[in-house]
Amino acid sequence: MVQFNLPQNSKILKGQYFKDKTGSSNIKLVHIYRWDPEKNENPREDTFEVDLNTCGNKVLDILNKIKNDLDSTLTFRKSCAHGVCGSCAMNVDGINTLSCMKSHKDIKGDLRIFPLPHLKVVKDLVADLSTLYKQYESIEPWLKTSKSQKNEINQSKENREKLDGLYECIMCACCSTSCPSYWWNGDSYLGPAVLLQAYRWISDSRDEEKKERLKMVADKLKLYRCHTIMNCTSSCPKGLNPAKAIGSIKKMLATS
Amino acid sequence: MSAYNIIDHEYDVLVVGAGGSGLRAAVGLSESGLKTACISKVFPTRSHTAAAQGGISAALGNAGEDDWRWHMYDTVKGSDWLGDQDCIEYLCKEAPQAVIELEHYGVPFSRTKEGKIYQRAFGGMTKNYGNEPIKRTCAAADRTGHAILHTLYGQALKQKTEFFIEYFALDLLMKNGECKGVLAWNLNDGTIHRFKSHITIIATGGYGKIYYSATAAHTCTGDGNGMALRAGLPLQDMEFVQFHPTGLYGIGCLISEAVRGEGGYLVNSKGERFMEKYAPKAKDLASRDVVSRSMAIEINEGRGIGENKDHIHLHINHIDPKIIESRLPGISESVETFVHRDVTKDPIPVVPTVHYNMGGIPTNYKAEVITSNGSDKTVPGLMAIGEAACVSVHGANRLGSNSLIDLVVFGKAAAKRAAELIKPNSSHDEISKSETDKCLDRFDKFRNGNGSNKTSELRLSMQKTMQAKCAVFRTEKTLKEGVNEIKKPFEGMKTISVKDRSMIFNTDLMETLEFDNLIRQAVTTMESAYHRKESRGAHAREDFPKRDDQNYMKHTLCWHNGKEVKINYRKVNLSTLTNEVQTFPPKERVY
Repeated sequence: MVQFNLPQNSKILKGQYFKDKTGSSNIKLVHIYRWDPEKNENPREDTFEVDLNTCGNKVLDILNKIKNDLDSTLTFRKSCAHGVCGSCAMNVDGINTLSCMKSHKDIKGDLRIFPLPHLKVVKDLVADLSTLYKQYESIEPWLKTSKSQKNEINQSKENREKLDGLYECIMCACCSTSCPSYWWNGDSYLGPAVLLQAYRWISDSRDEEKKERLKMVADKLKLYRCHTIMNCTSSCPKGLNPAKAIGSIKKMLATS
Repeated sequence: MSAYNIIDHEYDVLVVGAGGSGLRAAVGLSESGLKTACISKVFPTRSHTAAAQGGISAALGNAGEDDWRWHMYDTVKGSDWLGDQDCIEYLCKEAPQAVIELEHYGVPFSRTKEGKIYQRAFGGMTKNYGNEPIKRTCAAADRTGHAILHTLYGQALKQKTEFFIEYFALDLLMKNGECKGVLAWNLNDGTIHRFKSHITIIATGGYGKIYYSATAAHTCTGDGNGMALRAGLPLQDMEFVQFHPTGLYGIGCLISEAVRGEGGYLVNSKGERFMEKYAPKAKDLASRDVVSRSMAIEINEGRGIGENKDHIHLHINHIDPKIIESRLPGISESVETFVHRDVTKDPIPVVPTVHYNMGGIPTNYKAEVITSNGSDKTVPGLMAIGEAACVSVHGANRLGSNSLIDLVVFGKAAAKRAAELIKPNSSHDEISKSETDKCLDRFDKFRNGNGSNKTSELRLSMQKTMQAKCAVFRTEKTLKEGVNEIKKPFEGMKTISVKDRSMIFNTDLMETLEFDNLIRQAVTTMESAYHRKESRGAHAREDFPKRDDQNYMKHTLCWHNGKEVKINYRKVNLSTLTNEVQTFPPKERVY
């Protein structure tokens, strides 16, 4: 029989309920996915009553408040808190985003926080991104030039502008992990984050191996598993457009 | 103590930290054929170098004539004559080549009309030894650190550096005063690793998180500095904490100095451009300590903005929106995201915010760690670079855009020196069981901490104390209170509580280990500040408003063995490295 349900040990059970102790009337209910790899237990969804009167505006502020005041075992990645490092990417209210940039005030009712979808969970909200990092390595993200290191390689303003919208990517993986194609073929399809970076190097006028780079991604799995679903572009917390970059690679291949 | 299995590794060189300096060192080491490992508690592109905005200084001369000696003069003056002039000479002379290398690695620098690397004005950077402002800061829009960090990671991949990602360094493994490697904890699978290395390079960044309000990331906990203190080594010039003039009010997010470099200016509640009063020549582009102090005075004298008169306005709404879009896009985004304002129309609310640690592990210009027992001596097997190190090129105050150049110049210098010192693949010394056990004991004790003090509460108490007692302006009274009060969270560690006992991604334990690193640095910062009875650079004493070269033109060294603090001093090196430039003798510092 084909199994259409999650296996028993993957079902998310109802978890603990953490009651507010401040007596605040400004409470938000926050439901968070929990899973501890060292316990032989199912994942669960814990619920926290969070006092918004003593909490900053961002989802990360809520997570910090829970970790500091209610449950220090809650596990998530965080670093810059200003939207530049990409550590705190997670699924907030059904959408992949950076918890440090996402305002919880935009979310009506209860708040649900899950790890980035379709990755192996390491613990609670920490997901395993090692495959994506290997894929990033595979596109050889460095400038290939034979020019002497004595002088600058000149680049016109116009050519430099071609990198805008590409080099700003912070590798948070919100896009790739929102892409159904990447969910199904994450081991062989490079996914939007990595293809955006592939295109960043293809577009760099200083690079001398544009053709080889195009050839490297011209593959029915690596590139053409993109079916222009566009989830990538709508989820990017930095407002970048990976779908367009992928489209541009396809166009370059079609016309070269 | 429960038994921990240990996985052993042997490398020629181990780099701890994968920010700008760690990666630049790793690139150089791998290039030279040394077997190199780089361990980092976060994936390399998550390091805090990513947050650097405005640029990287180098006398390229793309926007008019420039000379590395002018850059050197500015840096010496910026340091308020606490920087070592041999090191500053090395930094400024090597800077142009280091930037060109970055360009060849692929950093997407903004460009001039001629297609050269774009350079902008920054505080304290001047022409011809202190004359008018110069454009010396090379920029990739306002995301220069991000661009450099990502590029360096790519370059390290090209050079096949071996990365150990999300490994948390616990302690240095020492033997007879020499460093033999590091003990680390792999967060992803919970295993303990012993890295043996001929040279260990600490590149763990600053410790901004000892303060409540800082532009620093949650991860800026100065873990390498903490390890150095536990290994019995001193930290240098810890009292010099840079407050960036423009942290976003109420948020702490950095608003780059590039905003002022591109023509932005500060205004008080009376609508006055007050910097004209404090720095008639450089105005809003005076060095950071000067601007932060001026802002603090305006606020203290009741000319702050807002309901509580507690911040200042930064204007760029007079600048062409197209220029803002091309040169300051990240700033526009941050202001929109965090305070919902449009920088092309509204002023930006800002306040001086902790940003950078001039102090750290003392080194020479070759990145070798120095300790002192009367006279300087190097610590075999140990180097430090980047914000973790105190070379000292920044002295009492760092100039904006001198940190990114510090990372790459000294990252490269460390690699070069390591290649001179060691033969690839030579055999490793044994590390005694007792040394490993000592480090594991500490780990295990925290892991099983079942006291009553939450890490988060102790951390908050430390941060509030630092913020209240060791801020922009300091006095004997505040510092004395600070020295006493900062002992409380330190003592509180004895009965700390860690709820998570697991080994895999136990961030409860990691934050506790980070706190242990932080609090030692908070104590040394406070003590160092208390003992310096003068005003110099970022250390402004209201009761000693003048610089006192006679008594205090010296580096503070501070040891903390877990029980008591010891203070000593070492000489500032006024001599230059070569005769290509002459010493800049101390003089009054006016902008």
